[in-house]
Amino acid sequence: MATYLLKRLGMTVIVVLAVMTFLSLLVHLVPGDPVEIVLGPQATPAQVEVVRAEMGLDNPIPIQVWDFVVGALQGDLGLDFLSRTPVTQLIAQAIPHTVVLAITALALAALVGIPLGVYAARRQNSLADRAMALLSIGFITMPSYIAALLLLIVFAVQLDVLPAVGTGSFANPLDYAIHLVLPASALAITWIGYVARLVRTSMLSVLGSNYVRTSRAFGVRDRIIFYKWALKNAIIPTLAVLSSGLADLLGGAVLVEIIFSRPGLGRLTVEAISERNFPVVQGAVLVIALFYVLTNLLADLSYRLVDPRIRVEESAVGA
Amino acid sequence: MTDDGRIKNDPYLLEVDGLDVTYHSQGRALAALQDVTITARPGEIIGIVGESGCGKSTLSAALLGLLPPNGEVTGGRALYQGRDLFTLGPEERRRLRGTEISMVFQDPLTSLNPTLTIGSQMLDVLRAHSPARADRAEARRRIVEMLERVGIPDPAARLRSYPHEFSGGQRQRIMIAMALLLEPALLIADEVTSALDVTLEAQILQLLCDLRDERGTTILFITHDLGVVAQICDRVVVMYAGRTVEEAEVTELFDRPLHPYTEALLASVPSRRRRGSELPTIPGRVPSLAELPEGCAFANRCAHAEPCCGEQRPRYVEVTGQRVRCHLYDPESGHANLRQPSAATTGRKEQP
Ligand SMILES: Nc1ncnc2c1ncn2[C@@H]1O[C@H](COP(=O)(O)OP(=O)(O)OP(=O)(O)O)[C@@H](O)[C@H]1O
Ligand SMILES: [Mg+2]
Repeated sequence: MATYLLKRLGMTVIVVLAVMTFLSLLVHLVPGDPVEIVLGPQATPAQVEVVRAEMGLDNPIPIQVWDFVVGALQGDLGLDFLSRTPVTQLIAQAIPHTVVLAITALALAALVGIPLGVYAARRQNSLADRAMALLSIGFITMPSYIAALLLLIVFAVQLDVLPAVGTGSFANPLDYAIHLVLPASALAITWIGYVARLVRTSMLSVLGSNYVRTSRAFGVRDRIIFYKWALKNAIIPTLAVLSSGLADLLGGAVLVEIIFSRPGLGRLTVEAISERNFPVVQGAVLVIALFYVLTNLLADLSYRLVDPRIRVEESAVGA
Repeated sequence: MTDDGRIKNDPYLLEVDGLDVTYHSQGRALAALQDVTITARPGEIIGIVGESGCGKSTLSAALLGLLPPNGEVTGGRALYQGRDLFTLGPEERRRLRGTEISMVFQDPLTSLNPTLTIGSQMLDVLRAHSPARADRAEARRRIVEMLERVGIPDPAARLRSYPHEFSGGQRQRIMIAMALLLEPALLIADEVTSALDVTLEAQILQLLCDLRDERGTTILFITHDLGVVAQICDRVVVMYAGRTVEEAEVTELFDRPLHPYTEALLASVPSRRRRGSELPTIPGRVPSLAELPEGCAFANRCAHAEPCCGEQRPRYVEVTGQRVRCHLYDPESGHANLRQPSAATTGRKEQP
């Protein structure tokens, strides 16, 4: 386990450094002079030089990379071109909205997907099971932005029961929660379908196993077998998939945030890109990448902790 | 249940009578068991032998009500202490399992839950039958005692181990301990020793014999191994292609096999006392379930076969205390070379 942990952490550090290097070079990958693009045609050459120096673009490229990495590690991601506020501050304002959205979607996926899967497994091959299979496939294949638009049209426009845009205020939790319903649902829909299928499949594979037959032969109740044995076995892979899904949800949140015009990391990134606001793009993408890498690391480690077989194989290999 | 009087006076613990089991597979109905008849008195060890695929595991699954979803009991009955197992409700049947009838499965490697410690799996079994025994210390004591009996070293310390931390032989013994935990009256042991080496096998066989001697446990001992049958069984049932073809006391079966299939089996075993005498190969092959003949399933490999053998299903007839399903012993079959026709009396079940 210890060797594995070291290797896995080492990999993570390398990936993060690579992402930072790439981001620091981003400015040069865009055609044209980045400073002129940002400042627009009216800028005087003097102004251009000032900004160029401020961004460190007059340094040799390796120095630029070094400065960016060192800055990022110290929590300094530079200033927003336009508003002159520190990028870290912009990100700190945006992150809570995105994280709340993604986590709510994740919770929805688990709270709706797991019972659906359990129900389908209980009634294997019934009409309800088949209908649910169809529905799940529909959910899985539906992109979150389509789901977002559909939900908007039905619940915000036609029925007019839920707000269409914005986040409400953090100070009023109920208001904030109501604003969260549609975007979180849109984001969760794919995962609800996915989790339902996964839970059904893993439960059925447990229920058909020899060891379930064994316990039935000894008179263990079907209820215990179903909920204690089969569900436990189904929950492990589901949790692993969900925790790695958090990264995917953060990505999906970008589109959903734009459609519901919620201030979050997604909207921050997209707006910064359209304004060629490089420091903000760099900072936001770096944070998203960090999320991605860390959630994957977490998923991997938690999976190992939960399943005793993986634990032992590791220690056998490590010994 | 027509003749209740006879059933009440029945000395048998288990009486399987004319059992038919069908598997539904790809739109076809496969007759996995046909007219299977087996009786067991309290305290007997009954060997059930037959080649792979002859339906031994199907029989045990049917008795416990654990057939796979595509399997179905389509005929006959199985009386346990006079009660037909196939007419019990699900809850009644569940209560019998483990406490009255228990089973050790063929495959020890996949028959234990890999994600639960063996202690908690065994606790589940105890709890399934009595909430009173949920007293943890008492339950633990029983579990440890049973594990000790089957020869798991230092059982108290190993309750928290997972199945994969035990060897194959140990897992088989844990399975046996689980099956015996509630002291069932009838134990079905499906090839329990085939995964074990000689010493372990001897230990397990001894354990089963002790169990019978001390508690009067009745054991259906399913095996390929005629040597083991000779060693521990009182009576033997020979199965072929889903049918019971012969039933006899062990000594009689080895000294005087009646059915040509049994004869062929014994003829090719050099010394019956030798261990590991797996069922030998006989020329020809067992018909598959899809191509079972109308008549005797062994007819295509039988030296004594006549036209009547392929056409008519033989009845299970009693011959001097043995039972055999063969036209050679049935005076009404019309077979040209009847053997001991005078000793034969007709069996219970008429041909449908
Ligand atoms: N679920 C199933 N569906 C269809 N056919 C089955 C099913 N299970 C078993 N069979 C068939 O029924 C027959 C009896 O199988 P069974 O497992 O009872 O044999 P067995 O005597 O226990 O064999 P072995 O000695 O190999 O364990 C075989 O021909 C097998 O292919
Ligand atoms: Mg078998």
